[in-house]
Amino acid sequence: MASGAMQEEQVKLLGIWVSPFVKRVEWALKFKGIEYEYVEEDLTNKSSLLLTSNPVHQKVPVLLHNGNPIVESLVIIEYIDENWKQNPILPQDPHERAKARFWANFIEQKITEATRTALVTEGEQQEKVVKELKEAMEVLEGEAAAKLNDKTLFFGGKNGLGYVDIVLGWICNWVEVIEEVGGFKVLDPQKQPHIHKWMANFVEVPLIKPTLLPKEKMVVYFQMVRQAYLGLAAKK
Amino acid sequence: MAEELKLFRTWSSVFALRIVWALKIKGVEYETIFEDLSNKSPSLLQYNPVHKKVPVLVHNGKPIAESLVILEYIDETWRETPLLPEDPYERAMARFWAKFGDDKVLTSIVWGVFFKEGKEQEEAMLEAMEHLQFLEDELKGKRFFGGERIGFVDLALGWLANMISIFEEVAGLKMVDEDKFPLLAAWMQEFADSPIIKDNWPPRDKMIAKFQALRDAKLAAAASK
Repeated sequence: MASGAMQEEQVKLLGIWVSPFVKRVEWALKFKGIEYEYVEEDLTNKSSLLLTSNPVHQKVPVLLHNGNPIVESLVIIEYIDENWKQNPILPQDPHERAKARFWANFIEQKITEATRTALVTEGEQQEKVVKELKEAMEVLEGEAAAKLNDKTLFFGGKNGLGYVDIVLGWICNWVEVIEEVGGFKVLDPQKQPHIHKWMANFVEVPLIKPTLLPKEKMVVYFQMVRQAYLGLAAKK
Repeated sequence: MAEELKLFRTWSSVFALRIVWALKIKGVEYETIFEDLSNKSPSLLQYNPVHKKVPVLVHNGKPIAESLVILEYIDETWRETPLLPEDPYERAMARFWAKFGDDKVLTSIVWGVFFKEGKEQEEAMLEAMEHLQFLEDELKGKRFFGGERIGFVDLALGWLANMISIFEEVAGLKMVDEDKFPLLAAWMQEFADSPIIKDNWPPRDKMIAKFQALRDAKLAAAASK
């Protein structure tokens, strides 16, 4: 029986195995050494817990902390950082924090969204978004070239992994898969040497490595997603 | 030590207005630089090379871009009259609603309802109504989204208090019906009449003219496809 000095924290994460948004939250929890219970959701048959915890979006990830739900991966990561003080994810300095948040937003708006759209479109529509995605990767490469070097492997700086790394990390596992399924190419080691070096270092981080997903399984999943969306679009 | 604080904005940007409100609420002195987005200054391009947009806040030579990011920076740097709550869970809720406002409410009302017509507009209106209902529910028992006084979410959603009536006039339809959304309508009025807020709206006639022109251009472009 606990001594009663500290209430036992109950941390639960609702997710699906293949979501990059869920993966980010897992990385943040592991980075802080927070114990949590993972619940795999079936999004074709959403649990009542998911629906009551996230009535607005009805999506994963949902973090439940002592029963209180927090949703939206970036909001969850900031909550984790503010609630558990060890191993800071965001920098301390307000200007550095603002820069980290800026890049997280950039990644989300210009890379994550665009990749999702490229997965579920074809023809001219897909060409347009792939072009935008390539431009965004160029901008990110510029930032990587400015910030990263042999001594600073990650966007988190001297302390190793940080907010931007955790937000961007999904590209290591997901982009190649979505490129294959969607029939396009944005990753280019020649054009994005710094991003590729960062990716090679990120996947080797001890807490990240065991979490990487099998590509074949992901390809099957995303092929289904692409077919479903293209099928719907054809009906309109 | 002299602080140097500059805000790059345009006369009409509601995103820049969020920053004006935040700085004035905190009583922080700053210099305003008005940009002409058809002829961007070298300073703007230097301070926001990625997006080349306003608002940009430059504090002692260091730029911060993206309005919600700037609001958080302001709250962390000038601690009086906090915009975000202290408690991490309450902060997460505030960030959630601010994001919901930009991702869903603004997108559906501006890009869905205002800049469209016919069937597309009707569909977008249904979606917008759903989003507004969530805001209505969130206001239960509260004067402002921030509670007793204006906070982060109020500043993030504040554009509604001015722009909805402008959109309604230009597009010729009702978006926020006081019967359907009594709390939201009351909040819009209370926010718009609040000190600082009421003194800083852009001139209404100029906004009407601007958004009329924008809407006409968008509808013409869509029709010619």
